[in-house]
Amino acid sequence: MTIDIDSLLAQATTEINQAQDPNVLDQVRVQYLGKKGSLTEQLKSLKDVPADQRKAVGQSINKAKQTLQQMIGARKNELQEQVLQQKLAAETIDITLPGRGRNNGGLHPVTRTIERIERFFHGQGFVTADGPEIEDDYHNFEALNIPDNHPARAMQDTFYFNPKTLLRTQTSSVQIRVMENSEAPFRIISSGRVYRCDFDITHTPMFHQVEGLLVDENISFADLKGTLVEFMRHFFEVEDLQLRFRPSYFPFTEPSAEVDIQCVMCGGDGCRVCSHTGWLEVGGCGMVHPKVLENVGVDNEKYVGYAFGMGADRLTMLRYGINDLRLMFENDLRFLSQFN
Amino acid sequence: MKFSEQWLREWVNPAVDTATLAEQLTMAGLEVDSVEPAAPAFDHVVVGEVVTMQSHPEADRLNLCEVNVGGEENLKIICGAKNVKQGVKVPTAVIGAVLPGGMKIKKAKLRGVESFGMLCSSAELGIAESAEGLLILPEDAPVGTSIRDYLSLDDQIIEVDFTPNRGDCLSVAGITREIGVLNNCEVTQPPIEEVAASIDASFDVEIISENDCPKYLGRVIKGINSNAETPMWMQERLRRAGLRSLSPTVDVTNYVLLELGQPMHAFDLNKLQDKIVVRTANKGEKLKLLDESEIEMDENVLVIADAEKAVAFAGVMGGLDSSVTDSTQDIFLECAFFQPDAIRGKARRFGMQTDSSYRFERGVSFQIQHQAMQRATQLILEIAGGQAGPVTESVSEENLPKRNTINFRANRLQRVLGLKIDDSEVENILSRLGMNWTKNNEGWQVVAPDYRFDIEIEADLIEEIGRVYGYNNLPVSAPKANLQFVDEPEIKIFPRQLRASLVSSGYQEAITYSFVDPAMQQLLDPGNEPIALENPISAEMSVMRTTLWASLLKTAQHNQARQQNRIRLFEIGKRFSSVDGKITQETVISGLATGDISHTQWGEAARKIDFFDVKHDVEQLMALTGESNQFSWDQAENSALHPGQSAKINNKGREIGWLGALHPKLQQKLGMHNPVFLFELSYTELDKGVLPKFQAISKFPAIKRDLALVVKENVTAGTVFAKVTEAGGNRLQLVEIFDIYRGKGVAEGYKSLALSLTIQDDTQTLTDSEVDAIIQKILVSLQDSIGATLRE
Repeated sequence: MTIDIDSLLAQATTEINQAQDPNVLDQVRVQYLGKKGSLTEQLKSLKDVPADQRKAVGQSINKAKQTLQQMIGARKNELQEQVLQQKLAAETIDITLPGRGRNNGGLHPVTRTIERIERFFHGQGFVTADGPEIEDDYHNFEALNIPDNHPARAMQDTFYFNPKTLLRTQTSSVQIRVMENSEAPFRIISSGRVYRCDFDITHTPMFHQVEGLLVDENISFADLKGTLVEFMRHFFEVEDLQLRFRPSYFPFTEPSAEVDIQCVMCGGDGCRVCSHTGWLEVGGCGMVHPKVLENVGVDNEKYVGYAFGMGADRLTMLRYGINDLRLMFENDLRFLSQFN
Repeated sequence: MKFSEQWLREWVNPAVDTATLAEQLTMAGLEVDSVEPAAPAFDHVVVGEVVTMQSHPEADRLNLCEVNVGGEENLKIICGAKNVKQGVKVPTAVIGAVLPGGMKIKKAKLRGVESFGMLCSSAELGIAESAEGLLILPEDAPVGTSIRDYLSLDDQIIEVDFTPNRGDCLSVAGITREIGVLNNCEVTQPPIEEVAASIDASFDVEIISENDCPKYLGRVIKGINSNAETPMWMQERLRRAGLRSLSPTVDVTNYVLLELGQPMHAFDLNKLQDKIVVRTANKGEKLKLLDESEIEMDENVLVIADAEKAVAFAGVMGGLDSSVTDSTQDIFLECAFFQPDAIRGKARRFGMQTDSSYRFERGVSFQIQHQAMQRATQLILEIAGGQAGPVTESVSEENLPKRNTINFRANRLQRVLGLKIDDSEVENILSRLGMNWTKNNEGWQVVAPDYRFDIEIEADLIEEIGRVYGYNNLPVSAPKANLQFVDEPEIKIFPRQLRASLVSSGYQEAITYSFVDPAMQQLLDPGNEPIALENPISAEMSVMRTTLWASLLKTAQHNQARQQNRIRLFEIGKRFSSVDGKITQETVISGLATGDISHTQWGEAARKIDFFDVKHDVEQLMALTGESNQFSWDQAENSALHPGQSAKINNKGREIGWLGALHPKLQQKLGMHNPVFLFELSYTELDKGVLPKFQAISKFPAIKRDLALVVKENVTAGTVFAKVTEAGGNRLQLVEIFDIYRGKGVAEGYKSLALSLTIQDDTQTLTDSEVDAIIQKILVSLQDSIGATLRE
């Protein structure tokens, strides 16, 4: 009997190891461990074994049965793993092929710049204001202290529809509209298209300004300088970017200044972009002219304010190193998609 | 304005170099545009005298000259200039000279005769654009002297770009005054001598417009030589200021204008009738000006007239008929003060700007006329000879500008600049600026000098103090204000959200000009008369767009021409129209899509974009409102669009925009290769949505049923949707369309729509029979309303 079991075990081991797929393995299992399997039969015939040997034989059969179960289980795992490996191998793809689907588009670089500038000022408590592009003479000029025939009008070549209606030459007109319709203090940022009758290598007849206005009780020229210095440093992400303020003239601010930044292309050493001066003009600013506050009914003794205006297109070009103004409004996809 | 540095330094000579001087001016608000040498580099050019001259034996046009350049021997030089004469003094480039442009003077042989130098014109020396013949020097020019020294050519021309408020700086006197202020140093004006009358001749002056012309000085000078040569030094100074030498009287008046800032005019006395009258023009009165243009004036124009007619456009330009010519012997000199307001805009009205009007409209000091008259007389007598009569002065004191007293508070100065500046320093700056000031308990009482037209209020003084103190010496600080919460309505849809949606849908943002070609405008929106600019840049940019499609199509053409076969563009901007003279300007979101559905893909068939692709992009915008179902699509016609592929989009019944395929006729006309899809939506109809409102999620299973409905061709999917939704009641959660079929099994003129319905109840699991009942209700309703049947 003992020999029978051993040889049975040996035989089964061979068959298990030879089984190459789970079905064959299962047949092997049935053949030995099934209801009519060889080992099962051995267990059934245990009653014929003499009583004194029965225990030992029973143990050896059970042991053989356990051994077989383990071997079958192990072989089964092995075969399943093989199947999985084959499946995985068959499913392998070339992951270097490009992804499928539509590409995103992108924002115009000027929009990118304007949104970024507005975010900086929103963080400082400024709110966005908006105004019409076809303006009347009053909001674009008169209220800003630029009376008819004033020589300052010649500073801005204006597009007219009729003597009293024009395309706004500056976003400052929005200041007036906001101030006439609400109460001080004001913290406004306004951006948008402005128009001047000028078209050459450095001018487009339409361009973008970002205008800021802060009117409150304790505002000074030093605060104006502080605001613009911080803004420019954050905008260009140059920690020690130098700025200079040059006296200038705008009828709606007094004192007035032009703002120059250290050239961001050459670091102030002088290059073609800054005409070898080391400086770039980026905007105008000043303290709101008392007459402008008076025109919109703001108490110009109680309140002082500053205003600034920047060329968004110029800032965009400097930020991204765009060297040709004409590209800005040509909308060539090969240009636009560079800012996606 | 251009200034010769040498000339400036004659008046004021601070111990700073040219670059520093330019920097100082720029940082004081007088922006230096450029600093250029008065003459290009050249050397070895000296004053030479043509001692003898004879014709070249081999060439008629050449002359053989012997030129004395102060050396031991005269130089033999061959010259081709027509104006070479024996005895003239001319710039002579000797062997070894290098002329502007790099030309080297060497010994040369011309037609067999040797030449040891070159006689030069002003153009060859780079001090004139062009020249006819040699530069003939005055007879007293010292032979052998370097031309650079003789003409003081080692000078810089400083060009300053003045802001309109600084009329006081538009002269050597004015800018040197400013340089004196900045450097805190003395300015010495060369003395101006009184020229006493030597004859008793005068000419009557009558001022009618005293308000516009409160001061008018006149003087008669008789017996001048109008052909006299303007001295070289004066010609050079005029040239360095950008003016050409014309005649002695014109050169002198221009010189005085440059030196003192006072525009003057000289009339030919014998062409004036009886007297000068300063008056406004009569309506329709005509005047032929010095530049030979004729203007037709009206009562808003100030003129200088004689007893009969206008003889000058006051403060702008003289008349041609009364002008000084080569034969003029007697002149009447005018030196007036015109109010800025009397001149402002007048020249511009006729498309003119002159050195005179430029200064008068910015403000000329009303105290310098006498000086200027004396200076001009002195110079004319010196150059052209003649005898001067007495100066006649007509002054209306009460009409002269008044300088008001400004209360200048020390604490306001500190508050606005953000810095306390010592009183003594403020006072020092005020004094340097020529302000009259006295102390009071708040600060100072200040009166601005007569030459400053830009100092009217306290803020103007604050700027002056800040400017001279130096803006860059003022502190830098952060504004202090109360923190404030900013309104941020959650339902507001910002343009950035719309942009983000379109960017995700593959669109590239464009920014195009708001003015377009009227031809394109006419093609797209023929019924709408666009608003036209009075002064457009060009015809292609002359009308305001009534639709952004005009701009986007042009952009698409541009890109198609550059091999882009897949174009998706959008723009957020304004469109403009005028209804009964009332202008509307509305912000819209506009888009264009044409060409391939996507970039080249592997494993997916290529196809062109179609209406429904773009419709989905538009629906994504609507979805931002949170109430997409408020929008409806109506089949409607738009002249720019394909009549069978265009939709008017409504929001709660209001038209908000259009989507459609560009009309094939226009597509062909514009040369677009593929169908072009366009949309335009009004931003004001998309700028707010609704707040999301939570609804409990059903715990019970949803049941899906598919229906294949057969309807007539003309029944739209929208109608079917609406009917299904209506009949389905609130348990019908979702209706989706998954197929449209025409062909075998569906009768001609009919189509089959395959719908997927999701049915769910919030409180129970629906039984089959309950679902069947809902479906049945829908089918009955569809049958009754639109004759829909279930497909067999």
